[in-house]
Amino acid sequence: MAAGVATWLPFARAAAVGWLPLAQQPLPPAPGVKASRGDEVLVVNVSGRRFETWKNTLDRYPDTLLGSSEKEFFYDADSGEYFFDRDPDMFRHVLNFYRTGRLHCPRQECIQAFDEELAFYGLVPELVGDCCLEEYRDRKKENAERLAEDEEAEQAGDGPALPAGSSLRQRLWRAFENPHTSTAALVFYYVTGFFIAVSVIANVVETIPCRGPARRPPREQPCGDRFPTAFFCMDTACVLIFTGEYLLRLFAAPSRCRFLRSVMSLIDVVAILPYYIGLFVPKNDDVSGAFVTLRVFRVFRIFKFSRHSQGLRILGYTLKSCASELGFLLFSLTMAIIIFATVMFYAEKGTSKTNFTSIPAAFWYTIVTMTTLGYGDMVPSTIAGKIFGSICSLSGVLVIALPVPVIVSNFSRIYHQNQRADKRRAQQKVRLARIRLAKSGTTNAFLQYKQNGGLEDSSSGDGQALCIRNRSAFEQQHHHLLHCLEKTTCHEFTDELTFSEAMGAVSLGGRTSRSTSVSSQPVGPSSLLSSCCPRRAKRRAIRLANSTASVSRGSMQELDTLAGLRRSPVPQSRSSLNAKPHDSLDLNCDSRDFVAAIISIPTPPANTPDESQPSSPGGGGGGGGRASSTLRNSSVDTPCLLPETVKISSL
Amino acid sequence: MGAVMGTFSSLQTKQRRPSKDKIEDELEMTMVCHRPEGLEQLEAQTNFTKRELQVLYRGFKNECPSGVVNEETFKQIYAQFFPHGDASTYAHYLFNAFDTTQTGSVKFEDFVTALSILLRGTVHEKLRWTFNLYDINKDGYINKEEMMDIVKAIYDMMGKYTYPVLKEDTPRQHVDVFFQKMDKNKDGIVTLDEFLESCQEDDNIVRSLQLFQNVM
Repeated sequence: MAAGVATWLPFARAAAVGWLPLAQQPLPPAPGVKASRGDEVLVVNVSGRRFETWKNTLDRYPDTLLGSSEKEFFYDADSGEYFFDRDPDMFRHVLNFYRTGRLHCPRQECIQAFDEELAFYGLVPELVGDCCLEEYRDRKKENAERLAEDEEAEQAGDGPALPAGSSLRQRLWRAFENPHTSTAALVFYYVTGFFIAVSVIANVVETIPCRGPARRPPREQPCGDRFPTAFFCMDTACVLIFTGEYLLRLFAAPSRCRFLRSVMSLIDVVAILPYYIGLFVPKNDDVSGAFVTLRVFRVFRIFKFSRHSQGLRILGYTLKSCASELGFLLFSLTMAIIIFATVMFYAEKGTSKTNFTSIPAAFWYTIVTMTTLGYGDMVPSTIAGKIFGSICSLSGVLVIALPVPVIVSNFSRIYHQNQRADKRRAQQKVRLARIRLAKSGTTNAFLQYKQNGGLEDSSSGDGQALCIRNRSAFEQQHHHLLHCLEKTTCHEFTDELTFSEAMGAVSLGGRTSRSTSVSSQPVGPSSLLSSCCPRRAKRRAIRLANSTASVSRGSMQELDTLAGLRRSPVPQSRSSLNAKPHDSLDLNCDSRDFVAAIISIPTPPANTPDESQPSSPGGGGGGGGRASSTLRNSSVDTPCLLPETVKISSL
Repeated sequence: MGAVMGTFSSLQTKQRRPSKDKIEDELEMTMVCHRPEGLEQLEAQTNFTKRELQVLYRGFKNECPSGVVNEETFKQIYAQFFPHGDASTYAHYLFNAFDTTQTGSVKFEDFVTALSILLRGTVHEKLRWTFNLYDINKDGYINKEEMMDIVKAIYDMMGKYTYPVLKEDTPRQHVDVFFQKMDKNKDGIVTLDEFLESCQEDDNIVRSLQLFQNVM
């Protein structure tokens, strides 16, 4: 519970007075809390430095070391203080958490030492307050990464182990993705890299004009035409290797569709297709133009290097993530180009023999001027044209120079941010889930308490002290409050599982197997109802599990409950808990007429609100499949119209 | 081009100004602080001892440093005691019952006065306070709609996972039972006298009222 909530408990309990006139059952007695000690100051001695605080402050968080009875282990009776042999500087922050409800992270301390202290005092790191959370996370991540790097460096020799028995496909895929795993993969990696380089260089070289042997007349022709066979052989070899590699990757890919759609495979295809198309296209002049164009695509082989280079991949990724900024730059540039080209065209329109023949023709001039290239192939000759030309070049500097640094900084910012945002989103979910889990601890505490049979009459003796775990005064009172609410509404708190089972039972008409639910919560509800409603007769439906299942799975606890109702001695400690309240139950039950009819068909519990009592343990144990029929007792005042159901399995 | 950029930037600054004003307003509101009257006066007015008042105030001040509780904080605090369901409606009615002057905030004096009645008051006072709680519009009568609202709010606190399963008409039945008991002359509304009379007749209620005596 949050800070200070414990101090509001008296108010919450007092406000429960408002339920009293509505309660249809008498409310349970208040816990006998020995809270008469009032508030006292505790002394906590941490390695010699004494901290003093109110006991209430520490009690605010009962699931930590200082808030629970665990601190009694550290109590030094001679000096009357709690001694901890830990870092006093760190303890200051821990204690402040109790006081203010926010856990701050000290900036000058090592993050791991802080974590260790938190673990010792039972505080979850998720409790770090929002003001310090980001920094805490960053430092922790940094630390973890550094440690991970050290570990990796140690284990550099051995690669990740491959699960034994993996197929050829999986091994092949791993070899392709991580070339460092085996020597063969590494050789393959370098060989393909070499051939990519060879292919690119061949493409480049075959266009260089080489002076042929002395010929009349000496003609310069590109090397490609001089040594066509040599280049053709080299091209064929490269393409064969690339094709082989592509097909192997296709075979080894775990998801072929996904592989086909990936960028790298597209590049591969584009790199090798022109060759094949060129093979099948006949060498005539009509198509040779297109054929020549296709050869341009061979340059895409250079992109295959991105498999070999991490940097290229990062560049590609950042370009992709900055697409919007680039788009904006392009758009503003286009706007400016169009504006200035139009202006220049109309300014130069009058001149004869002008280069500015149309607005699209003026685009070239505008681009060259704005990017301050200034080739000089198109120059304005009119005065207006020159004026606008100079404005164009000046604004060009502005338009280009301004967004570019923004884009550059966006690159780094977006890149890092993307990385961090994804991680934070994932962490946030985990964090919220953990906080929810911690909160559900208090929610479930009451249910747990009920299951442990804690709602018995507190005066039933020492027998219960062992069964119920030690609870603080606050918890006792809080549970009493929740118990009062249950009584007021004649409904009980349950957990999700039982609730869904109950829903299932209602919908299916009680035919669902109840055995699991019966065995899970036998003691709680039954003892509850018997202890709380002795004077008011309520309708109780005895819901039964499937007969055979209950017989086979009848636990001792269920037998206990049954027996306990009849005050017969049962050799289990729990019965002592049941004994006292059932006394009162029996007293009051005598004044009523209870008839248990035996029907073989399990009836739907929702439709059979009734009050009944198993006739005797012996009789009740006469076999499964008993359900009580509906019966009304006219003399009974039944203010509680809700069908109460008690899960007792008769064995 | 430069002119375009200039106009863009000026537009942006204009938009930012209203939000800054809002922040200043919020700062002003949190500065409002309230100090309760002296300890002796409170001790005289309520049934608590000095020590008890000290403990109460320390807790109160810790949770609400400004000295007043507003409805939101109230609801949050109350919701922590009932994590299973939704306690906000009942907390709203409670808040109105605490806030006797209908100012929208509960000061420490109101808090302590109500607690004094609830914990240390006579049966008569407690029942009167409860009647005031149920009477949502404070007109001196409880009718079925008001009771329905209150009962629904209480059932909301139970949450979804109850045993047995909560049905749609459970609150209505509960209200009918209540009215049967309380409404003596069967005129559809419950007055203070009817309420007091019916509650004092019921032993259970009278006994339960003593339950919360030792809360402190």
